[in-house]
Amino acid sequence: MDVPILKQSRYLIASIQSALSDEDLLRLRDALADLVGRHRARGVIIDVTALDVLDSFATRTLRAIAYTTKLRGAETVIVGIQPDVAFAMVQLGLTLEDVPTSLDLEEGLAFLDQQLEESPAGP
Amino acid sequence: MATKQTPLMPREEELISSSTAEPTLESTTALLRELVSILRENRTELRQEWARRITESRLLTAMTREEVFAEATTVYDNYVAVLETGSVEALQNYARDLSERIIPRGVETQEVLGVVLLLRDVLARALFKKYQLNFDLLNQVLDAYEPAANRIANTVAVGFVQERERIIRQQQEAIRELSTPVLRVRERLLILPIIGLIDQQRARQLTEQLLRGIRENRGKVAVMDITGVPAIDSPIANRLVQTVEAARLLGATVIVTGLSPEIAQTLVTIGVELGKMNTVGDLQGGIELAERLLGYKVVPVEDVASRSR
Repeated sequence: MDVPILKQSRYLIASIQSALSDEDLLRLRDALADLVGRHRARGVIIDVTALDVLDSFATRTLRAIAYTTKLRGAETVIVGIQPDVAFAMVQLGLTLEDVPTSLDLEEGLAFLDQQLEESPAGP
Repeated sequence: MATKQTPLMPREEELISSSTAEPTLESTTALLRELVSILRENRTELRQEWARRITESRLLTAMTREEVFAEATTVYDNYVAVLETGSVEALQNYARDLSERIIPRGVETQEVLGVVLLLRDVLARALFKKYQLNFDLLNQVLDAYEPAANRIANTVAVGFVQERERIIRQQQEAIRELSTPVLRVRERLLILPIIGLIDQQRARQLTEQLLRGIRENRGKVAVMDITGVPAIDSPIANRLVQTVEAARLLGATVIVTGLSPEIAQTLVTIGVELGKMNTVGDLQGGIELAERLLGYKVVPVEDVASRSR
């Protein structure tokens, strides 16, 4: 299943609706890497509220997306990790280090706005 | 009264004649049936005698005389019903219900047990009196009566103790729940004062409450104050670090404050990875840092007034 990616001013929002296979995740990664350049996006939000499990592959891919988009000039923030999922991830040692996280979509947008304010120069 | 008594008499004769025989199940049932009718007939009298003995023994002092009498009546009827049917279920329910009512008023286990044993004695005396001229029959009647009476006493006492234990468990749960409160002090700022030792169970609860609190209150910064924690071992320390990381995945920053010298040394000795933890000396410092992170600036009213002038 493809993840819908919406453009909202200078940000891209990928809202994951259901459990994803490894291939779906890789497609999401490729799509975002491509779209960031095409839309000259400054930020990416990946909403994982609907996921009740994040395994090591998903975590690694999310981290890869964050690093990739950063190199292409857009900060990525992961939003909506459920409390249970968060604790399970930590226990498995999957901590998404260096990737910003926010409570929900609203918080994620606020975070990106703040980042943009701090470094307004475009890509 | 007299009309009721007449049908009993011949049966009594029968029993006397067969008194030498081994007591069978049937004869026990018959004896119990007879017993029940005796207890029904003398209900008023025996009940009064029982209530009098309760007062005399200074039991159930937390209850008024009327209450004691009302409860005594119900217990008496239940008692007779158990002797008649052999089923303790109704009595069990009643005992649980009674315990629920009287435990909060400070009635003790020994009082409840004492009261039931008194009833047993009062009834036994009544039987002695009735069968005093026929020792064999008295023996048989008691053979039937005693096991049933003991079972009843047992049921009531167990019911009472179980109810007590249930209350204790409930209170423990409540204390545990209260022991790790997550409080909101400002919009998006939570504090988590922890007092006392943290065991595995409490640590689990702490994680749960904090993460849930962050989600429900849309918390952005949480200050966890462990001034009141005397010591921490390595599993618990790791658990705390994991909790802090999990909170970060929810987009919140956790500041740990009030690490005592002992705990600080323990953490260093056992090599807990502290790089990911924000630590500040005391709760005040923690809240100040949290406010800074959230963009609050707390200024005394006077300063604001003089600046605006």
